[in-house]
Amino acid sequence: MAVAEKEEQNRWDPGVHSYASMGYYDADYVPKDTDVLAVFRVTPQKGVDPIEAAAAVAGESSTATWTVVWTDRLTANTHYQAKAYRVEDVPGRPGEYFAYIAYDIDLFEEGSIANLTSSIIGNVFGFKPLTALRLEDMRIPVAYVKTFQGPAHGIVMEREHLNKYGRPLLGATIKPKLGLSARNYGRVVYEACRGGLDFTKDDENINSQPFMRWRDRFLYCMEGVNRAMAETGEIKGHYLNVTAGSMEEMYERAELAKELGSVVVMIDLTIGYTAMQSMATWARRNGVLLHLHRAGHSTYTRQKTHGVSFRVISKWCRLIGVDHIHAGTVIGKLEGDPATTRGFYDTLREDHVPANPANGIFFDQDWASMPGVMPVASGGIHAGQMHQLLDLFGDDVVLQFGGGTIGHPMGIAAGAEANRVALEAVVKARNEGRDLLREGPDVLRRAAERCRPLEAALATWGDVTFEYTSTDAPDAVPTPSY
Amino acid sequence: MYLRHGAFSYLPDLTDDEIALQVRHALDNGWPVSIEHTDDPHPRNVYWEMWGLPLFDLVEPDGVMVEINACRSTFPNHYVRVLAYDARLGRQTTALSFLVQRPAVEPDVELTRAEGGGRAQVYGVRTVAPSGEHSGG
Repeated sequence: MAVAEKEEQNRWDPGVHSYASMGYYDADYVPKDTDVLAVFRVTPQKGVDPIEAAAAVAGESSTATWTVVWTDRLTANTHYQAKAYRVEDVPGRPGEYFAYIAYDIDLFEEGSIANLTSSIIGNVFGFKPLTALRLEDMRIPVAYVKTFQGPAHGIVMEREHLNKYGRPLLGATIKPKLGLSARNYGRVVYEACRGGLDFTKDDENINSQPFMRWRDRFLYCMEGVNRAMAETGEIKGHYLNVTAGSMEEMYERAELAKELGSVVVMIDLTIGYTAMQSMATWARRNGVLLHLHRAGHSTYTRQKTHGVSFRVISKWCRLIGVDHIHAGTVIGKLEGDPATTRGFYDTLREDHVPANPANGIFFDQDWASMPGVMPVASGGIHAGQMHQLLDLFGDDVVLQFGGGTIGHPMGIAAGAEANRVALEAVVKARNEGRDLLREGPDVLRRAAERCRPLEAALATWGDVTFEYTSTDAPDAVPTPSY
Repeated sequence: MYLRHGAFSYLPDLTDDEIALQVRHALDNGWPVSIEHTDDPHPRNVYWEMWGLPLFDLVEPDGVMVEINACRSTFPNHYVRVLAYDARLGRQTTALSFLVQRPAVEPDVELTRAEGGGRAQVYGVRTVAPSGEHSGG
């Protein structure tokens, strides 16, 4: 960029000016309560001034193009310009900067995540003067929050509908992920639900393949769910994945799920934000819970230098209106730094989330009574970790044990029972005032004395852990160890 | 049918001492406790009969235990549950619910079926007199 020699130019002279000089950087700007705020981790190319890089991000994600255009002068251009108002070094990460940018609410269409994201992460991530760019966090102003539906039901309504209180919910993903016939698949649903789980789940890539078409799967799954309800007197559900190649197809599948009496349907993040919003509208209108699998998110959430943090995806998904979202386990097989994951859970569940750099939360976020999303912890967790899971996540979470249920040596129903007994034992102990992290293993062992399936589960998996270094840990302060 | 209902229905029945500890946990959180009973374990039976009003403003579990025992002796063949209610903004719902009595012989919940179109079944569940065999427990 030809920057220095242009700085004396008039703002409206034709040609290329620095973004900062065009007003996209303003250190004195005080963000308004109605502004959308974003903080990016910017890695400029060598020789690019960080302030100019931040201004460029503000410009390219709002009104600017690469050169001056006189048609800006037909608008109240300073109103529509995004303003980078703060640029900070990232502690311990030379060459990376946190750039805070404010956007006027008028830049965004009401109730459209597609529109919001087309601005904020539209062109700017491919911008040449940057080697990498990451959207770390956003503050969605209440005025904009209120233009979204929000969760179709939310945590409180889900609990009242299921009639289950005071403990995490339990689920399992049917395994193997692919290849079971509909009849065999429904058997796993039945066994897991009658054994004690609240939910079973289609995996993200179970849609309608040659080995099992969607309609057959729905029929057999609901046979299993209803049989299990009659045997236990408890409400059960199977997340019927309605993900498909078109909205028309998804609506058709969701309608059948509703007609068959399913309490829940499921979609994948891969269907896109607009499709998710449409399904959230459908879910509220039809009284069916909406589960979201975050399929594909790690392609852009995991690496801390480039992409979009999952805490931002969590905010968008709460606005979009899903009832469940996978948000990490910390201790399971998938990526999840404890502090970062805590930040996701707070973002999904709390009504007011204060800025907390230790958890990667950069801004205060007020949800203005928008209901919370139930986070789902899934992937490589087992009954022997139940006390840790309860200590980490509390009651408002779905704990999903796929392999840890279906792989149980005494069978699927026994695997489900082991998880349920372990869960109830640690909830009871916590309520009695016992220290879960210290006494949890003892609580589980004592519960296993009266429950052979739990004893077998602890013998099979008791020592399994996944201890790897997380890639996505907060940089604002030294990473706490868990 | 061995009814699975509330937070602890997969554990052995709670003793009165254990119930009092759960009640204390509720009261320590500022959750008023109430008692409800029913003879119908249908999974969609939301409104069990209230045993009086919620017990507001208690600090010790003793008063709750007295009411639990009164409800039990009045309805020895009913299910009895304890509920703790969280009235905080953003919750305003039940925070904890668990059984403190189940009938010696429990009713069954029966699955009903009707043929729908396209191989679908139209399912229903209804509470029926006990068949004499317990499927769980």
